[in-house]
Amino acid sequence: MAITIEEKTSALHPLATTALAVVPVFLVGAVLFALLGTDPLEAYRVMVVGAFGSWFDFSEVLVKAIPLMLTGLSVAVAARMLLWNIGAEGQLVFGGIFAAGTALFWAPHMPPALVIPALVAAGFAGGALWALVPAVLKARWNVNEIITTLMFNYVAIIFMEHLYFGPWRDPMGMGFPGTAMFKQVAWLPRFFQTRIHLGLFIALAAAALLYFALKYTPWGYRVRVIGLSDRAARYAGFAFGRQQVMVMLLSGGLAGLAGMGEVCGIHMRLQQGLAVGYGYDGIIIAFLARLNPAAVPVAAVLLAGLIVGGEQLQTATHLPASISLVLEGALLLAILGASFFNRYRLRRTRSR
Amino acid sequence: MKKVLSVMATALLLVTFCGGMAAAKDFQVGFVYVSPIGDAGWSWAHDQGRKALDKMPGVKTSFVESVPEGQDAERVILNMARKGYRIIFATSYGYMDPMLKVAKKFPKTVFMHCSGFKTAKNMGNYFGRMYQARFLTGMVAGAMTKSNIIGYVAAFPIPEVIRGINAFALGVQSVNPKAQVRVVWTKTWYDPATEKEAAKSLLDVGADVLTQHQDSPATQEAAQEKGAYSIGYNSDMSKFAPKAHLVAAVWNWSPFYRYIVEQVEKGTWKAKAYWWGIDKGIVNISPMGPMVPQAVKDKVLAAKKDLISGKLKVFAGPVADQKGDTKIADGKVASDKELLGMTWFVKGVVGSTQ
Repeated sequence: MAITIEEKTSALHPLATTALAVVPVFLVGAVLFALLGTDPLEAYRVMVVGAFGSWFDFSEVLVKAIPLMLTGLSVAVAARMLLWNIGAEGQLVFGGIFAAGTALFWAPHMPPALVIPALVAAGFAGGALWALVPAVLKARWNVNEIITTLMFNYVAIIFMEHLYFGPWRDPMGMGFPGTAMFKQVAWLPRFFQTRIHLGLFIALAAAALLYFALKYTPWGYRVRVIGLSDRAARYAGFAFGRQQVMVMLLSGGLAGLAGMGEVCGIHMRLQQGLAVGYGYDGIIIAFLARLNPAAVPVAAVLLAGLIVGGEQLQTATHLPASISLVLEGALLLAILGASFFNRYRLRRTRSR
Repeated sequence: MKKVLSVMATALLLVTFCGGMAAAKDFQVGFVYVSPIGDAGWSWAHDQGRKALDKMPGVKTSFVESVPEGQDAERVILNMARKGYRIIFATSYGYMDPMLKVAKKFPKTVFMHCSGFKTAKNMGNYFGRMYQARFLTGMVAGAMTKSNIIGYVAAFPIPEVIRGINAFALGVQSVNPKAQVRVVWTKTWYDPATEKEAAKSLLDVGADVLTQHQDSPATQEAAQEKGAYSIGYNSDMSKFAPKAHLVAAVWNWSPFYRYIVEQVEKGTWKAKAYWWGIDKGIVNISPMGPMVPQAVKDKVLAAKKDLISGKLKVFAGPVADQKGDTKIADGKVASDKELLGMTWFVKGVVGSTQ
C-alpha cells in the first residue's frame, strides 16, 4: 500500500475550512486539559469568560489585538505576492525606535497638533526602512527574503537594546534600562476609559484600505496576479522588482505601526517588553485569515482572546502558561492542514 | 462527521457561557512571575514562598507565570486587583510602572513590587540583600580557582545584577587578590540555550569556576560538562551538576511573604521599601559541596556569622572602580541609595556595564 496525493474537484469556501479547523484544536486542548487534571469544560469556560465575559476583559483583548492586527496585515500583504516576510518582529521594533526617537527628541519642539501624525509617520517609516534592505536584495538579486528578514529581527532587537541600555537610557532611572517617559503630548489618545488607543483605529483603517486596494485598484490587481503566477505577471509586463520592493516597504511599514502603537500607546517609553513575538504571531494570524485583510482583525481578536483567556486560566486553575502557546501552535497546524485537505485528498493505492 | 463536530463545538460554547463565576471570599494573594516556575531558579524560589502562604489559614494564592514585562503585565496585575485580591506581589523590575498605574486605581489593594524603587500609598517595594550571599559564594570561588579566571553569566546590566557581581568579586578578592571575574551579558533572564552558550564562551577563555545571574541551571551543566566548578543562584542547583556545584546563593522568601501577609491582616502594613538581609534569612548560601576543603568552609561560615552580626560589611571602603577611581572612601560604607543605583564595576571585574 502507498498513499498518493490528488487534487479535489470541489472545495469548501476558505473561511468555512478555517472555521472547521478550529474544532480539532479545541478537542486537542480538551484532551490536554483532562491530562493535566482540569475539567476541560471548566477550563474553556474560564478562558471564554476571561477573554469575552465583560467589556473590560474584551477591551483588553482588543488592546492585545492591535499589534497583532498590524503584524498580521504586514505578513498577509507580502504573502499575497508570495513574499514571506518573517521580519515583522524587527520591523515592529524599528517602528518603535523611530517613534520613540521622535517622541523623545522632536515632539517637544513641534506644534502639538503635529505630534501624533509625526509619530505615525515615523513608525511607518521605521518599519519600512527595516524592510528596505531585504526587499532590494530580493528584487535585485533574488536573495531569499525568509532568511534576510529573519536575520534582521535579531539585529533590530540588539540595536534597540543598545539604545535603551546606552545612549537613550533615562538618566533619572536609577540605572534601570529604558528611555525616559515621553511627554504627555506624545502619548497616543486612549478611548472608552480603557487601554484601547488610537492604534486600534489605525489598524482597522489599514485593514479596510488594503482590502479595497487589493480588490479594486490596478495596483491590487497586479499584486494578486503576481501572487497567483509570476510567469503570467512577467508576460503581462508588470514591473516585477519594483512591485516587490513596494509591497515589502508597505509590509514593513505596517509592522512598524504596530511598534509605534505599543511604544506610544502602551509603554510611553522605549523599554524591555516590546519584542515579545507579535511579529511571529502575525504569521499565524495572516494564515488564519487566509491572507484576506478583511479577515485579519477577526483572526487577531481570536488569537488575542486565546492569550488573554490563557492568563485567566492560570490564575483560576494553576495550569502552566505554555498551555496557550500549545493551543496557538495547534491552531496554525490545523489551519495549514485544513487548507491542504480542502484542495487535495489522500488516496491509498496499491504499491508495486 | 463535519456535522457532528460542529454540533459538539456549539454545545461546548453554550456550556462555557452558561456557567456562573464562583467568587472567592478568602484572603487572596496573587503572584506575577516573569519566567516559568520550572524546578529551579528565580520564579521557583518565589513560588516556594507562595506555597508557604497557602499553608496559612484562610489564605489562598494564585499566580501567573511567564508574563512579559510589556503590555501584558498591567493587564495581569489589573485582573488580580479587579478580582478582589488583597495583596499582589510582582516579582520582576519591569513590572514597576505597570503596577504603579494599577495601584492608583485600586487604593484598597496592597501592591508589592520586587526589585524596584518606586512606592505609592498602597504600594511598597521589597528585595533581599542578595549581595551578602554573593560575597560568601565569591569567597568559595576565589579559594577554588586555579586559573584565576572566574566566569559570570549575567542577565542584564542593571543595578541589581551589577551589585551582585561586585559583591561576588569583592568576596573573591578577599581570599584571592589575583583572580579576575569575567562577565558575559545574555540580555535575558531565562533562556537555557543562550545561557549555556555564554557559559561555554567563558570556559573557552579559561574560566574554571562559573557562576550566574540567570534563572536556569544551564551554566551549572556547562561547567560540569567541561570539568569545571560552578556556583548556583536562586536555589540549590547541586542536583543539576553534582560534580561541579560548589555552593549556591539562595533566596528564601517564605519568612518575608508570611510577614507581609500578617502585617496586612493586622492592618499594620506600611507602604515602604523592605530590604531584608542575611540576618533575617531571606538570603543564604546552600550547603557547600564535598570538593570544598574544610578550611575554606570554616572561613566562609565565619564570614557569614560576621555578616549576620553586622561586623562585616560587603561594600566597605576603600573600593575602587575598574579605572582605579575611588568609589567608596576608606572608612565609609556604601548607602542603600548608592547600592540601589549602582552602575559601575569594582576593580578586578572584566566586562562593561552596558
